[in-house]
Amino acid sequence: MSNQTAFAPILSRLKRFEWRQNIIYIAFVAVFLLFAVLLRDSGFTNPNNLMNILRQTATITVMAVAMTYVIAAAEIDLSVGSIAGLSSVVTAMSISSWGLVPGIMAGLSVGLVAGAISGGLVAWLKVPSFLVTLGMLGLLVGVARWITASAPIPIADQTYIAIFGGGQLGPVPTIFIWVTLVVGIGAIVMNKTKFGRHVRATGGNLVAAGYTGVKTARVKFIVLMLSGGGAALAGMLYAGRLQSGRFQWGTGDELSVIAAVILGGTSLFGGRGQVIGSLFGAVFIGLINNGLILMGLDVSQQQVVRGAIIILAVALSRKK
Amino acid sequence: MSKELGPVIEMREISKSFGSNPVLKAVDFSVEVGEVHALAGENGAGKSTLMKILQGVYQKDSGSIYISGSKVEITDTFSAKKVGIGMVFQEFSLIPSLTVAQNIFLTNEPTKYGLIRDSKAKSLATELFKTMEVDLDPGRLVESLPTALWQLTEIAKALAQDAKILIMDEPTASLAKHETEGLFSLIQRLKKKGISIIYISHRMDEIYRIADRITVLRDGSRVLTSRLEDLTPEKIVEAIVGREASAHLLHHDRSENISEEIVLELENLTCGSKVQGVSLKLRRGEILGLAGLMGSGRTELLNTVFGVLRPTSGTISINGKRIRNNSPSDAISNRIALIPEDRRSQGLVLDHAVTENLTLPLIDQLTVAGLLSSKKVLKKSQEIIKQFEIKLAHPEIKVGSLSGGNQQRVVIGKWLATDPEILMMDEPTAGVDIGTKGEILDLVRTIANSGKSIILISSELPELLSVSDRILVMKDGRVSKSLDRKEIPNEEYLQLAIQGAS
Repeated sequence: MSNQTAFAPILSRLKRFEWRQNIIYIAFVAVFLLFAVLLRDSGFTNPNNLMNILRQTATITVMAVAMTYVIAAAEIDLSVGSIAGLSSVVTAMSISSWGLVPGIMAGLSVGLVAGAISGGLVAWLKVPSFLVTLGMLGLLVGVARWITASAPIPIADQTYIAIFGGGQLGPVPTIFIWVTLVVGIGAIVMNKTKFGRHVRATGGNLVAAGYTGVKTARVKFIVLMLSGGGAALAGMLYAGRLQSGRFQWGTGDELSVIAAVILGGTSLFGGRGQVIGSLFGAVFIGLINNGLILMGLDVSQQQVVRGAIIILAVALSRKK
Repeated sequence: MSKELGPVIEMREISKSFGSNPVLKAVDFSVEVGEVHALAGENGAGKSTLMKILQGVYQKDSGSIYISGSKVEITDTFSAKKVGIGMVFQEFSLIPSLTVAQNIFLTNEPTKYGLIRDSKAKSLATELFKTMEVDLDPGRLVESLPTALWQLTEIAKALAQDAKILIMDEPTASLAKHETEGLFSLIQRLKKKGISIIYISHRMDEIYRIADRITVLRDGSRVLTSRLEDLTPEKIVEAIVGREASAHLLHHDRSENISEEIVLELENLTCGSKVQGVSLKLRRGEILGLAGLMGSGRTELLNTVFGVLRPTSGTISINGKRIRNNSPSDAISNRIALIPEDRRSQGLVLDHAVTENLTLPLIDQLTVAGLLSSKKVLKKSQEIIKQFEIKLAHPEIKVGSLSGGNQQRVVIGKWLATDPEILMMDEPTAGVDIGTKGEILDLVRTIANSGKSIILISSELPELLSVSDRILVMKDGRVSKSLDRKEIPNEEYLQLAIQGAS
């Protein structure tokens, strides 16, 4: 009897524990430990390797934070990869023509404008975001190829490369500062501000949110514009790390980004948004990519495993 | 009631048309401070249009609105809220993935340096629930709450926005008896605080219990406003339907239409903890009523017979032959039909045409060379539409655009076209107006008189008493009482049996 009463609170806590929302942390630790044991001779736990994983997932993380807002508002953005590519190209071209600051401004505006166009169509013309951003996905890659004649544009500006690429601030790589800033602000805004609350309300029950006075159209517009901005920043980070702008940067990233967000516990049906979860989701995908490479799987096999993970993520996000 | 304060709302000569169709014709409506004012009328009488004008969802064409004596223009939901109008929606207006407190203060969040203070919101919500004398943890996620608590959350949300007037649209539709009592006592407490309530309901007993006055609308005009103590229920029903209340709610002795032949027999049917050892016999032509509280296992029993749920033990026999229903399609081929409670989510595809909905269970019979024949579909649909007197402009219009009563006819027509021997109905009159209710009850009798057997669940006892030949009372998954209609002297007797007092 006394045993039962002692366990009751723990049991009810376990029952209330949201497996779905926290599974990413368990999976993360499990896969990390698994690789650490299996791949201990291949240098998986080598600090350089771990740093590399974080460096390579930085762009996905930045896009995933913005995508968390889009998905929490029950919309989707398939154009993030293309925006990143176009932004990298525009940044590179503008730097060589007009210099550093105009280059950064131009790159960022590309994303904000593309996001604002999608957002406007979704919010006020009520075109489904899936279709709008699917169209944008093709359209923007086309623009990027067109203006560059499909050729890479090198970046020679060392300040730019230091800020957005391989530079360090003291011992800390600048790319980590970007990630920390984006994740930190993203998490606080989502959990602690009216805007974040209204994003989740819009995705949770559109009609109810509207009746309560949430400006749902404006929320949808802003989340898609932010997603464009996030993708543009990711494109600029690509350009910094790879010292060039190229239309291929970011190609296919939308799938990894969406998978990261869903794995992180954000509901594909809207109403929930977990920014920290998305960070872990993104790094988790990087972890798996890295582990698979160290195991000696080739690109095609990696794609199979990644695809399976995405299906698993979506299956987990189904409604109860 | 404080006369000197005057009415808190006064709507004068409100008119509204949609296209060339006038929905409201110079309607006057006023509510006093601290008054519960019932608003009644058939579906389409203009009640919801009038309320939507008050909430700023629709704009009036002409007329004026005064709040506490001063003229206001309500142009959108924001301005309605600003003058103190709060709405408790029939279709709930909460965000399931947020907590109770987060919902209450949505768009009104307490902040500090631009950041939301959830702890502050929580303690404010706790205070609010304390004044409402309601025990509810504001930190819980709304999706984890039972329906009754959703409603209390909505009321709290309206009160948190300093609403002076609450509009409640069929607030008890999805509540169990004791939850309804809780709501009523809350309404009494709100009245004492000077909050006025507009109470939209089809249920006469509720109106008499809590309302001070009633206004009845019919065809867009106000036909009656009066204090309730001066009115008989018959007068109200007459005002609503516009003719002498028909004899729908009188019980007819149908024993000559019931044969001795047992059509359906359940023996010790059990399904988990919801249905426990139910045995019953249903005779040809009989209408068997199932009474009981919400959660007493009535719906689960029907679902088990229909093959939606799998029985864990016990047997089902039809015409003396044991059968197994592993799925609804097995049940349909055993000539059983179920009309579910929530026709919107379970009985109809609202976005599809009436023809498609009507012929969905019959699709196999309507093919030519394996392909669906639209000619046959249309012909069959027209037959059913005629037989069940479904009122519509064209058989190809979407079901969602029909009135509640006509939607229910589509559901009934759809299932009767499969020619079942046993028809099970779960709350067939939920959410329809009094006129349609009577028509549905008449339809139920007609169906039974044609030799079909019917099992009917209803939470409205007068209705159950009027059509049933026998009533089984369910409690905690078991049949606690089996009563012949003749053994039940009145509604109170049945009510006591349901509550388990006798």
